[in-house]
Amino acid sequence: MRSERKFPSGGSGQGVGARLPRKEDDRLMRGRGQFVADIRVAGLQDVAFVRSPLAHARIRGIHVPERYRGSVFTAADLSGVSPIRAVSALPGFKISEQPVLASGKVRQVGELVAMCVAPTRAEAEDIAASVTLDLEELPAVYDMLKAREPGSALVHEHWGDNVFLETNYEVDIAAALDAPIKVTREISTARQCMSPLEGRGVVASFDRRLDQLTLHSAAQMPHITRSGLAECLGMEEGRIRVISPDVGGGFGHKGILLPEEVCLSWLTMNCGHPVRWIEDRREHLVASSNCREHHYRITAYADRDGTLRGIDCEATVDSGAYSSYPFSACLEAAQVASILPGPYRMPAYRCRTFSVATNKCPILPYRGVARTGVCFALELMLDLVAAEAGLEPGEVRLRNLVRPEQMPFDNITRKHFDSGDYPEAMRRALAAIDIDAIRARQGQGQTDGRRIGVGVSIYCEQAAHGTSVYAGWGIPMVPGHEQATARLTPDGGLELRVGVHSHGQGMETTLAQVAHEMLGMDVAKVRIILGDTAMTPYSTGTWGSRSMVMAGGAVAAACRELGERARRIGAKLLQHDPASVVLQNGEVRGVNGSVSLQAIAHTWYRRPQDLPADVDPGGLEVTQGYKPARDSGTFSYAAHAAVVAVDPDVGEVEILDYVIVEDGGVLVNPMVVDGQIYGGLAQGVGTALYEEMPFDTSGQPLATTLADYLLPGATEVPAARLDHMETPSPYTQFGVKGIGEGGAIAPPAAIANAVNDALRPLGVEMMQSPITPRRVVEAVLAARAAERNAA
Amino acid sequence: MKPAPFSYERPRDLNAALAMLAANGSAKIIAGGQSLGPMLNLRLVQPELVVDISGLAALKRAESSRDELVLGALVTHADIEDGRTPDVTRGAMRGVAANIAYRAVRNRGTIGGSLSHADPAADWVSALAALGARLTLRSLAGARTLAVEAFVVGALESALHAGEIVEAIHVPARAVSAHWGYAKSCRKTGEFAHAIGAVLVDPAAATARVVIGAIDTAPIVVTDAAELFGGRVGADYKQRFDARIADLLIAKAGINDAVRRHIHVSVLKRAVHEAAA
Ligand SMILES: Cc1cc2nc3c(=O)[nH]c(=O)nc-3n(C[C@H](O)[C@H](O)[C@H](O)COP(=O)(O)OP(=O)(O)OC[C@H]3O[C@@H](n4cnc5c(N)ncnc54)[C@H](O)[C@@H]3O)c2cc1C
Repeated sequence: MRSERKFPSGGSGQGVGARLPRKEDDRLMRGRGQFVADIRVAGLQDVAFVRSPLAHARIRGIHVPERYRGSVFTAADLSGVSPIRAVSALPGFKISEQPVLASGKVRQVGELVAMCVAPTRAEAEDIAASVTLDLEELPAVYDMLKAREPGSALVHEHWGDNVFLETNYEVDIAAALDAPIKVTREISTARQCMSPLEGRGVVASFDRRLDQLTLHSAAQMPHITRSGLAECLGMEEGRIRVISPDVGGGFGHKGILLPEEVCLSWLTMNCGHPVRWIEDRREHLVASSNCREHHYRITAYADRDGTLRGIDCEATVDSGAYSSYPFSACLEAAQVASILPGPYRMPAYRCRTFSVATNKCPILPYRGVARTGVCFALELMLDLVAAEAGLEPGEVRLRNLVRPEQMPFDNITRKHFDSGDYPEAMRRALAAIDIDAIRARQGQGQTDGRRIGVGVSIYCEQAAHGTSVYAGWGIPMVPGHEQATARLTPDGGLELRVGVHSHGQGMETTLAQVAHEMLGMDVAKVRIILGDTAMTPYSTGTWGSRSMVMAGGAVAAACRELGERARRIGAKLLQHDPASVVLQNGEVRGVNGSVSLQAIAHTWYRRPQDLPADVDPGGLEVTQGYKPARDSGTFSYAAHAAVVAVDPDVGEVEILDYVIVEDGGVLVNPMVVDGQIYGGLAQGVGTALYEEMPFDTSGQPLATTLADYLLPGATEVPAARLDHMETPSPYTQFGVKGIGEGGAIAPPAAIANAVNDALRPLGVEMMQSPITPRRVVEAVLAARAAERNAA
Repeated sequence: MKPAPFSYERPRDLNAALAMLAANGSAKIIAGGQSLGPMLNLRLVQPELVVDISGLAALKRAESSRDELVLGALVTHADIEDGRTPDVTRGAMRGVAANIAYRAVRNRGTIGGSLSHADPAADWVSALAALGARLTLRSLAGARTLAVEAFVVGALESALHAGEIVEAIHVPARAVSAHWGYAKSCRKTGEFAHAIGAVLVDPAAATARVVIGAIDTAPIVVTDAAELFGGRVGADYKQRFDARIADLLIAKAGINDAVRRHIHVSVLKRAVHEAAA
């Protein structure tokens, strides 16, 4: 399966390609990680928030009992604090201002209205419970499609409508209209909550000596958090230090600037002691981290032989009440238009998108971002085309996928596919799931009343896309060169400072492997320093599956330069011509002997008298920047195949088998990649079958505890069988590609296609996620009734 | 999610506990805390006093005679699952216990707490009604007994009076000729059921008890279920199961949604098939 790659580290078992156990697991698996909630600071007090109980209302008054005045703060107290503004430069984008504490109106259930501080969280909650709100309820905007209709209530009155942004993309759609196969459907995905094991959390304190606010926050992008805080608080960035310690899963939820972060920063600077807020599960479900809610009206055009002629789509995304910082309210919907064609060739295409404001929490980019919804819509349509053409679903895909000989390939929306063999991934998935055996089994019928179905899906994941892509979005954050600092310590250890963060991705291991690859030193001697604006180079942080490509590239560049400087010093110590020595296995070697990096470091720091006269004064500390040769992104991809059993009378879906054939370019640590895929798969299963945050017509979120918001557990996640292909990216260091999100993209489509395959003979079609027992039985009963009526 | 302030007592004998409950009208008993804990944290209940009965050794006893098993209210789901308590149901209760929630919840959750909480979706509420179990309730005034189906009167509503405690559960021995079937539909392992079917059918005695549970209110308990099997209970009861009668019963219990009714009937059918297997 995997070919051994030729890198300098060769067979050391620690370099690029090694299945090295994660270094960080020694602390994390023993419960010794240090998360925000573990931080103890003298004088710390706890904050609880009074949150809006209504989705949309005018605030007439906030009543604080006399005895709690001084412990409760409202918008009126927050002088000098600006609202959160995440503006996109895309033409027509309407700006929302998110006050950190509500003023005038509340626009979502859970919106912060007042901040209560007390020695313990329980006491702070007692205070919060004593505050009463006088609210005048307004009609809630709870349905994104109705929100687009004239006469709808308005989330932001001065806009005149509820549309953050409308986009249009068209390539010659007229050419597709005469296609013999034309299938149109409405497809939708539910609103979800990201639900990392650890929620958000903030500990804010102020250091008078440094004149510096220190914010500990469970954050993926500490440098961006700092910029956002500086803007809201009107402070110089140098007066703010953001530290993100161990983080228990991010998925996008920890990629945004929180009103809570701004509130606590203000509070600690005004009350004179450190303060803390730890998100609880109800706050998480009710008040934050919404994602995924898409609606598609989509038509696929194809020839009789299944060749795609075009896709025409109108996509709507429920963006919630505010544009969140830095990704904005339109990233998701506008991204739909550019990625909907997926890995397929097609001559015609049209997509119109709407980012709609509603009285719900802001939508945030969740692992896979728009891709999970796009893959769901497109792959369900491909199966319908297959049914119309009388072909196996796998066959239709093989006919339309971009072919390896076309690489690199610019697709219809001008996405630049760097490399890969997509049909091969699909063929391998079909073989591994043994499609023929399943068809045979289906022919025999089942004895337990359940029906078997098989489904496939395939996607591509653009990752680590950089300046050229994000400049076009014009959002508050545009990634440029990624930097890393490499420093040899006097005793020969290596410290690496990177601005990305690790919240489950294993960067402390994989970046050490990169350093080992470049310098040959034992990974045990490599320390990765991340998650602290005071200690690391600026970075947009960890998002968009970019960290291995970008920070990995930067670490390689810094280590390369560090190695070069060490080599020159080593040559002097060996009394060799620099041209005649090489750096190998952590030492500089010449014909007459070798000198270790440790000895070289000792010389630079402790015995400078032995250094060559022309030594690079930069010494053994190097900061280097990196960008891939092309920054339009790496394209990893995977074919997923699922076998399910569906009970049409109870509606239960059991996943019997699951196969993933993945190509993420060169894998720095295949074991870490497997972990990423399994974790993504679990979330994809959640999207497919379990997770849904429903709202009632007054905009109340209805799944407010984990008894109602169902997450898949260990028993619900199939033991997937993984297969890797490794087509290097031509543009990146080592040929790596970003793979962090892919696992979560394809499962809903594969599982839905499998369910539909099982139920199609009954005349049933599921076009909405999650596929719940109720939805299945409802559809089955409706189909049976239709059949009775027809008879 | 922190509870409102409350006082806490952990009495060492039953009478002391009963006296505390009698003296404080808003007191709440805590046993395993698996249901009360979340309710306290969500501030859905705000008692002045929480009386922790986990120290009452008398309520942890389990004794069986030839025709009855008496389980103290504090016996945990895990005690039953692991066979630490005697069994007179020929494995029926063990099977039910093993599929309640997750192991961590079963380690602490008690049979008395589960019944007292009277969640319509709870397993014991349906299973013990099908098995024909009774409860002993005790207060300072004395003791009384009630059938499980008389004890659970609605969603989160029991027949417990103020100052009363569930002391013990009496489970009749299952006849050698009696078939047991228990099915539930959960969306995931450990989740509360959306539909429960429990049947105790004795073709030899021509009797059947049938329970349709996890509806919005107390389960439907049919103590003489012949009508569900075409008017008589015989060896061919599986073939004679009448889904339409089940559907009517569920409709009569106020479930207007045909989809939900269909799921309930299908789950009950699974239980019947399991009993007959
Ligand atoms: C995640 C999760 C999943 C669950 N899934 C299931 C499931 O699938 N099926 C299922 O059946 N249950 C399930 N449960 C509930 C679980 O079985 C609880 O153990 C049970 O409902 C309550 O038992 P307890 O001892 O913890 O009671 P507590 O939480 O201590 O008390 C519950 C209520 O009963 C009262 N009470 C307790 N003991 C007595 C007594 N002796 N006399 C009078 N009143 C008393 C209390 O005052 C309180 O009102 C689940 C719970 C959790 C947390």
